[in-house]
Amino acid sequence: MVEQKNRHIVFICSKGDLDMAYPALIMGWAALGNGVDVTMFFTFWGLDLVTKKRVDKLEISPIGRTGFKMSMMGLPTGNLGIPGILSILPGMTAFCSWFMKWKMKKLGVPTVREYLQMLSDGGAKMYGCKMTVDMWGLKEDDFLPCVEKVVTAADFIDMTEGAQIIFI
Amino acid sequence: MLADLTAIAFNEEGFMTDPGQWTKEIAEVLAKQEGIETLSADHWKIIDFCRQTGMASGKAPTMRQITTGTGISTKDLFALFPKGPAKKVAKIAGLGKPEGCV
Repeated sequence: MVEQKNRHIVFICSKGDLDMAYPALIMGWAALGNGVDVTMFFTFWGLDLVTKKRVDKLEISPIGRTGFKMSMMGLPTGNLGIPGILSILPGMTAFCSWFMKWKMKKLGVPTVREYLQMLSDGGAKMYGCKMTVDMWGLKEDDFLPCVEKVVTAADFIDMTEGAQIIFI
Repeated sequence: MLADLTAIAFNEEGFMTDPGQWTKEIAEVLAKQEGIETLSADHWKIIDFCRQTGMASGKAPTMRQITTGTGISTKDLFALFPKGPAKKVAKIAGLGKPEGCV
């Protein structure tokens, strides 16, 4: 009998915005719950998710985001977006970041740091991108302990043979 | 003597469709099917929690609800129900798949 290889999903996390941190965390957690192997590869701004100094300070800016409607805050404003001129005011990024974190908390969604710990405890493998680490002068010590090691692009290709890959 | 599952209704994914048909003896048989030979006290703590919180909706709680509700850590949850605790717990507890994402 041929041994069946377990399904394996790989998430490439390349963005460091608060909203772009969550897709891989949520889908990765769901995958682990369904018995699917999970690998996460953090590259470019995605490395912020696993950098000790950055993980609790991820932000979301309203600038240039057409999806940001005032109705998201419960105002009866229909399709009206946050006016661009307001978006550039000092404090708007901090406000939007706070607002999203507050909404997530109300839904019982863990913080990024907590989520990473859950995924790691559930058996997800996490790696940093060597080129980004070199480019930004980071050290292995700068990362959360959930990051197993920093790997090269070739290592990444080797370790993801046969996997389904999601680029975020 | 193992419980007889012939009268129990399952959907195409193997989840029980009527949580009212569930008994502890059935759970033991379902656990064996999922590769868990014997159910320990910690297994039962989780299953009992799922039965309590899931009976009304017929849906199992999410993994996060299980760990926060029982005090059992994520690591232990994955050790007790290896390879897919969310699905395995729901199946063994005779409930449907969890509805939440976390």
